[in-house]
Amino acid sequence: MKMRQWFNTGTPWIWLNAAAVATSLILVFGLLGLIAVRGLGFFWPSDVMQAEYTNQQGDVIRIIGEIHDEEEISATRVRDSGFSVPDDDSVYTRYLFKVGNRDQYGIDFRQVLAKDLDAITYPETVMVIERREWGNFYGFLRSVSESGQVVAEGEAARAELNTRLERALDLHEQIRDIEKGDIGQINYELERLRLRERALELEGSTNPARLADIAEERDYWNDKYQALQSQLSELYSKIDRDSLSAEIQDGRMVEIPLAKVVHVTYPNDMNLLQKIGTYFMKLWEFVSDEPREANTEGGIFPAIFGTVMMVIIMSIIVTPFGVIAAVYLHEYAKQGTLVRIIRIAVNNLAGVPSIVYGVFGLGFFVYFLGGNIDSLFFPEAKPSPTFGTPGLLWSSLTLALLTLPVVIVATEEGLSRVPRSLREGSLALGATKLETIWRIILPTTSPAMMTGLILAVARAAGEVAPLMLVGVVKLAPSLPLDGNAPFLHLERKFMHLGFHIYDVGFQSPNVEAARPLVYATSLLLVLVIIGLNLVAIQIRNRLREKYRALES
Amino acid sequence: MSATLSRQKWRLFKDKAAARGIAFGGISVILAIVVIFFYLLYVVLPLFKSADIDELSSYPMPGSAEPTLYLALEEQNEIGARLSADGMITFFTTEHGEVMLQQQLPIPDGTQIVSLASADPNRATVALGLSNGQALVFKTAYKTSFPNNVRVITPQLEYPLGRTPIPINPSGYPLEELGFEINDNGAAFASVNRSRAVNFVYMEKEESFLSDEVSFNTTRTELDVNIPVRRLLIDKDIFELYILGEKGGLSFYSLDDKTSPELVQHITNLDTAGKITDIRFLAGGISLLVATEKGRVSQWFPVRDEEGRESLTKIRSFDSHDSRISAITPEYNRKGFITIDDRGNIGIHHTTAGKTLLVEKINDNAIQKLAISPRASAFIAEDSERHLHFWHIDNEHPEVSFNSLWGKVWYESYDEPEYLWQSSSASNDFEPKFSLVPLSFGTLKAAFYAMLVAVPLAILGAIYTSQFMAPRMRQLVKPSIEIMEALPTVIIGFLAGLWLAPFIESELAGIFSILIFMPAGVILLAYAWSHWIPSNLRNSVPAGWEAALMVPGVLIIAYTAYQFGGLMETWFFGGDMVHWFSHTLGIPFDQRNSLVIGLAMGFAVIPTIFSIAEDALFAVPKHLINGSLALGATPWQTLVRVVLLTASPGIFSAVMIGLGRAVGETMIVLMATGNTPVMDFSIFQGMRTLSANIAVEMPESELNSTHYRVLFLAALVLFAFTFIFNTVAEIVRQRLRRKYSSL
Repeated sequence: MKMRQWFNTGTPWIWLNAAAVATSLILVFGLLGLIAVRGLGFFWPSDVMQAEYTNQQGDVIRIIGEIHDEEEISATRVRDSGFSVPDDDSVYTRYLFKVGNRDQYGIDFRQVLAKDLDAITYPETVMVIERREWGNFYGFLRSVSESGQVVAEGEAARAELNTRLERALDLHEQIRDIEKGDIGQINYELERLRLRERALELEGSTNPARLADIAEERDYWNDKYQALQSQLSELYSKIDRDSLSAEIQDGRMVEIPLAKVVHVTYPNDMNLLQKIGTYFMKLWEFVSDEPREANTEGGIFPAIFGTVMMVIIMSIIVTPFGVIAAVYLHEYAKQGTLVRIIRIAVNNLAGVPSIVYGVFGLGFFVYFLGGNIDSLFFPEAKPSPTFGTPGLLWSSLTLALLTLPVVIVATEEGLSRVPRSLREGSLALGATKLETIWRIILPTTSPAMMTGLILAVARAAGEVAPLMLVGVVKLAPSLPLDGNAPFLHLERKFMHLGFHIYDVGFQSPNVEAARPLVYATSLLLVLVIIGLNLVAIQIRNRLREKYRALES
Repeated sequence: MSATLSRQKWRLFKDKAAARGIAFGGISVILAIVVIFFYLLYVVLPLFKSADIDELSSYPMPGSAEPTLYLALEEQNEIGARLSADGMITFFTTEHGEVMLQQQLPIPDGTQIVSLASADPNRATVALGLSNGQALVFKTAYKTSFPNNVRVITPQLEYPLGRTPIPINPSGYPLEELGFEINDNGAAFASVNRSRAVNFVYMEKEESFLSDEVSFNTTRTELDVNIPVRRLLIDKDIFELYILGEKGGLSFYSLDDKTSPELVQHITNLDTAGKITDIRFLAGGISLLVATEKGRVSQWFPVRDEEGRESLTKIRSFDSHDSRISAITPEYNRKGFITIDDRGNIGIHHTTAGKTLLVEKINDNAIQKLAISPRASAFIAEDSERHLHFWHIDNEHPEVSFNSLWGKVWYESYDEPEYLWQSSSASNDFEPKFSLVPLSFGTLKAAFYAMLVAVPLAILGAIYTSQFMAPRMRQLVKPSIEIMEALPTVIIGFLAGLWLAPFIESELAGIFSILIFMPAGVILLAYAWSHWIPSNLRNSVPAGWEAALMVPGVLIIAYTAYQFGGLMETWFFGGDMVHWFSHTLGIPFDQRNSLVIGLAMGFAVIPTIFSIAEDALFAVPKHLINGSLALGATPWQTLVRVVLLTASPGIFSAVMIGLGRAVGETMIVLMATGNTPVMDFSIFQGMRTLSANIAVEMPESELNSTHYRVLFLAALVLFAFTFIFNTVAEIVRQRLRRKYSSL
């Protein structure tokens, strides 16, 4: 009775509605929390475990590594994954154990049952090496050698390693500068010379003076290249001097040249402060370094850079057009059915799937516009396309089109909120319509435009589907902005944070190892986009307050 | 004075110029948006164009005066080849009919050509049956060179089995009827011998390891067919032999064992209207095309029945000619063919599309012979007045018709008509399958499951937020849910594919348990709260903060239900629900399935629906609500009878816009569905959506190919779909806004 009465009041349904809100909130914050925890945890130097592991054959072996993941699973599933356990319904804890040393064991990870681990210790001498290839290395440092001769052993090895590693890293930096910077420039210049020569050939010109010019310049660059080459080989022989040897879990000794080492840490021997230091150092490397090993290690700097470049170019394109269209629609066009239809259409374009813009961009910008630009301006580069292939410019244009409705709608909203009194006051004082718009209305609306632009930027930064068709690549050989004239290379392909997530998470050969990096990248992207949106909301709210003040 | 005047003028001029400039700029931006639609349409339209032909030149037949036995075109449409009955091969330019090269085939003295059989057109190889029971095999080949950067094509003749004719009928009985095929492994001949039996000869190629020398191992078999033979056909892989009888009967032999062909099926009378005039293989050698004197062409291929037996089945027919069809000329690589009839008409057809693209009278006289170019871009026809006509064909996308996009199509080697999407394959004569149905189905399925999750959560949430929530809490809750709309979908997709999908697979019982027990649990908890909790504690939570209270509540219920699910799994499903589903119930389970999509994409759509629905509900005029409450209705009654009713158009438009978003979403479905174009409503199966399909296949499709245009069509479908949905929603919303302002 009481129950039925309670149901009749409808209160339970209100509670159900409240639960829906609560669920939505839990989902939202749960998702953000999940990304944050996983993304931030990636950089933490976690302790390295050493344990006695009883394998399926009953042998006891030593394993060293980090616990990467932990799950409770049923006996059936344990059996399905190839372990033999008693035939009952008990639940087991299974670890995903990161043993690293891919060059030694073939795989980075192994799954072990918690019950098979014994004698768990965290020895302070365990060394973790981040390498340029083959992933992490786990082992015990035994000695450091120079040209094959042992120079330090045992306790002394650690200090010796530090000094020698610093030297190797310094040399590595020099090598990279030469290879990326100087030689990159030479290749660029040589390619330009080739194109100039081809252009002359196409013109049918056989002007010997110009050909000689080209030949002379080419010799100059080739000579420079030779000089750099010899410098490089010298550096290479220097960097290959030192190596370290370490003992791995099965007792074998492994020799690692210092040229291949990025970092050496001893996580079990660090105090909290040191760990925090390492944490921030890794975080910094993540945002400032280039990716290694098919993007699964190293940093994401080129992706950040590419995203930023693309968004900037897009903003430069979308702002004037969006504002002009909004001003036209709101101030100049005759308000009637047609303008209403246009407004609805513009609004709806924001809801058109982004992939459709990608298809349009590929067909119209890349193949049609790009193809024609190539035929008109770059005949010497044919048959390899210059602009007739996906690239930065086309991506920016496509996204500009995609975000145009956002800017138009936001600007129009701003325009419609400008109080009549302001407008009429200006006109009454004798200002022309243009002067009113330029001096009074646009400055008052500028925060609205800003809001529109920020929302557009946030949308563009997170958009991936259209970019997959018009310009992103998994690994761009060079940044779209560099020291070679004309500095900004709009035709180049670029890397993008969102695509990086898709690519590393789904196309990489070693998904398990790359997963933390994807979480970290996601976190960065989420932070940027939510930050931008919050700023936009803030500006909009402040703007509304201001108008309200003006109205009264 | 004049300075101010000119300044005034300048100001006015600037004003006018700016008005013009802004109008121009504004209109061009709006036009640019319109261009998107028209450009998509512009790329798509050629798909639906029918074929077009126009005559380029016409000239008296070059070469020998004897009748033509064989006519062929070279790939660039520059050179034609003609074999006349006296064994003379003439190569001529197609433009003017000038003779380039004339050669006499090495036919032994005193023998005549009595029959001709050509191999698969791509091999350009022809066998001539001679009156002494021997066969001569030759091939037309073209060499391309670039002296002085000009392309020069030189024709030449080759003899792949040697210049000496090969004895086929041992008794020397004339090869009146001949079937022939040659491939990399060997050559096969079928002929009729003196006793009216079919003589099958297979020459297996044997390459010596030591030298490049090729020798042949010849086997002969005699097949007793008991009917007068009219035509012999061997498919391009030499696996099938078809024997057409004089009276229209057809025997189908399997050549799996070349030494003993096995009769698979004998049809006493092919079900065709009228007497058979020509029978040919369609490109690929799977289908047979049968033409009749009544003007019908029908397509047949072997279909397996339930027991796995193959039987030749009529698939479709073309009835576009109204007089006797004299010959069929199949295209080289596509599933199209050209027919010619006795009244000088030619017809261009395509089997997959099931349509006739063109029937046109090209000559007043009957067409005797017709050859199509390898790229199907030209043909050359010989009329009864001994003239050759060289025509250009414009027929880029014959495989697309309304039926092949949206209807069931019976594809070659399939047991029944099906909806299939399979756009590319390694093989050259693959039949592309461009049915948009499985993709549209996948799109709607994904959207359906997403809406199933999103609509209740978002709308119930919107109701609570707008009607019952405390204003201060609303100020926090609304933006936090709305900001999720900006969350890049690539992140949701990544989490769905790499975190949620494995999680659901291992915790299926827990997830189901949460979904099932959550509503009941909430009501139970609410009852407990309002009846069992001491009132002073209850009253310490102000009205409108129930949702905040519900956050731990929902978490507790979810955790309990999850634990309970685990127990249920152990008790009833042998500890592993996925295993139970797939092994006990036989329901296949994909890790990336519709449940994952429903949850992930549902999550992505919640903010959209929530935000619009909440706006609509919140804007319901307060006097309506207050009136209802004042008349004694409970808040819930007011909500159901007044608020929901008034705001229902707004909620409808919210759902519409949410649906539009779910339909067009790309990254989530790309990353979390497995992308197999299956048509299955099971919640444990994945799907492939239109948008994900575009993202996967667009970068690899060749510019302006049929595939490229069909993908554009998919984009256009998405565009139109979402545009219509959004427009409807927008109009409904504007109406509602006007209604509110009038209330």
